[in-house]
Amino acid sequence: MAAIETKNLTYTYPGGTKPSISDVSIKVEKGDFVLITGPSGCGKTTLCRCFNGLIPHFYQGELKGETIVSGKDVAKTQTHELAKHVGLVFQNPENQLFALSIEKDVAFGLENLGFPRAEMRERVDWALNLTGIYDLRERSPHEVSGGQQQRVAIAAVLAMQPEIIVLDEPTSFLDPMSAQRIFEVIYELNKTLGITVVLVEHRLDLTAKYANHIIIMDEGKVCSDGETRTILSSEETRLIGVGIPKATLLYNLLGKEGMRLGSVTPLSSEEMAKILLEVLESH
Amino acid sequence: MIEVENVRFKYPSGVEALKGVTLTIKDGEFVAIMGQNGAGKTTLVKHFNGLLKPSTGKVRVDNTETTKASVASLSKTVGFVFQNPDNQLFSETVEEEIAFALKNFGFAEETIEKQITWALNLLSLTQYRKTSPFMLSGGERKRVALASVLAWDPQMLILDEPTIGQDHEQKEKLRQFIVQLQTQGKTVVIVTHDVEFVAECNPRVILMKEGKIVADGGGKEILTNAEVLRQSSIVLPQIAQIFVHLTSLGLAKDLIDIYEAKEILLRVWRERAR
Repeated sequence: MAAIETKNLTYTYPGGTKPSISDVSIKVEKGDFVLITGPSGCGKTTLCRCFNGLIPHFYQGELKGETIVSGKDVAKTQTHELAKHVGLVFQNPENQLFALSIEKDVAFGLENLGFPRAEMRERVDWALNLTGIYDLRERSPHEVSGGQQQRVAIAAVLAMQPEIIVLDEPTSFLDPMSAQRIFEVIYELNKTLGITVVLVEHRLDLTAKYANHIIIMDEGKVCSDGETRTILSSEETRLIGVGIPKATLLYNLLGKEGMRLGSVTPLSSEEMAKILLEVLESH
Repeated sequence: MIEVENVRFKYPSGVEALKGVTLTIKDGEFVAIMGQNGAGKTTLVKHFNGLLKPSTGKVRVDNTETTKASVASLSKTVGFVFQNPDNQLFSETVEEEIAFALKNFGFAEETIEKQITWALNLLSLTQYRKTSPFMLSGGERKRVALASVLAWDPQMLILDEPTIGQDHEQKEKLRQFIVQLQTQGKTVVIVTHDVEFVAECNPRVILMKEGKIVADGGGKEILTNAEVLRQSSIVLPQIAQIFVHLTSLGLAKDLIDIYEAKEILLRVWRERAR
């Protein structure tokens, strides 16, 4: 069973003149780390809202097609039921945080599901530590920086340990090293706990190396869908304005000049450096 | 010209966000201010248009002390685009959003019309002219905020995290646009975490840490200094990362430009193939 599957999904917001996503059919396997990317306004956020039932339960509008998450038809499943399976981290953390303290915000989901106190404590501390905000736990989420608010939003979702985590540009306000640390944590959870990850990002330099599967959207449609290395080494990727990692781009540029660098497309600087060392030192 | 002299700034909460900052930004310069979250970057640039006034020290914009001018009059010279567009947008349509400041500054009707059309076109927003900013995506709202400031053509432009949520194509447009502003002699200051964007632009880079400036120099010089970047929680640009691993080949480490990197690697490859 796939973690997420959409079939011919088309959605138009109330008052919208054209669909924000149209005829989207994708399949995310259990344990996948999927990167969704594409120009701004291409429908990435809208698609994510279909995964946890915000569409159609919260946003009205016109929906055609089907979304199946953990075997459940999203349109026919209540959002609190879906929340047990899929956690969503929004683009703008201010839209998500509301409690008086960071700790309470992170505990909120568990409280609602009636978790025993000791286990709740344990999970909340675990999530606060993973995201590096344990020391901030008694502060109000509204008096910390945008980057720290993003960590709170991520911690709140991690504490629930859902089968699927959907993150919509979750670290855009964080400095590069903090962002990298958060991505490492999410990648670890994907590897060790088998949590399925769907990550919306423009910055492939930072994130491509974690993803086994990439989906590229443009104007509401899926235009590329497949294994990350295959898609990022193909010509058309550049055409639709996806900022492929510099390491991958350098590999493609040198390949065009006739330099033979092997058949495995690099997704990170470490991989590219290794390829270059092998090729240049063997000469 | 912006002159900052021994500026300290304390928020009402008691947090001292700037602990003695001195710097000069000359007319026509392109400067990127970088550093980890909470380093004081945004606090510093908010002093440039008088949104914040120093607790001690002085900030002068074109020889006028910011304590002696209103934010409104400073804003005409120094345009400020916020990190989060939602803090800036409030109008019912994109067009009204852009017109708002122009009307306040008292521009003539036809000038307003011309400037709106120009700004919309520049930021690929023409199709959203009559749309509510709140119907747009995060990246698009960001461009509306930028358009609304560009429209009154300020001499200096402060952009707080302009690349957040922008796709590759929009970033490239932003880069070209900044180059264009440079040729017009405008001053551009960006606050950013986006090392790849800074590597592509190669501006003067100022690194901040805990309310102080810790490095100030050319983009290439600062962005290839792994030690000083690490202190500021910034990672090396990907091209520089690759070259760090290639020292055994006897290659220079101070590279950030992908096309320069390509030429050097091809040369080495051809030499070794001989």
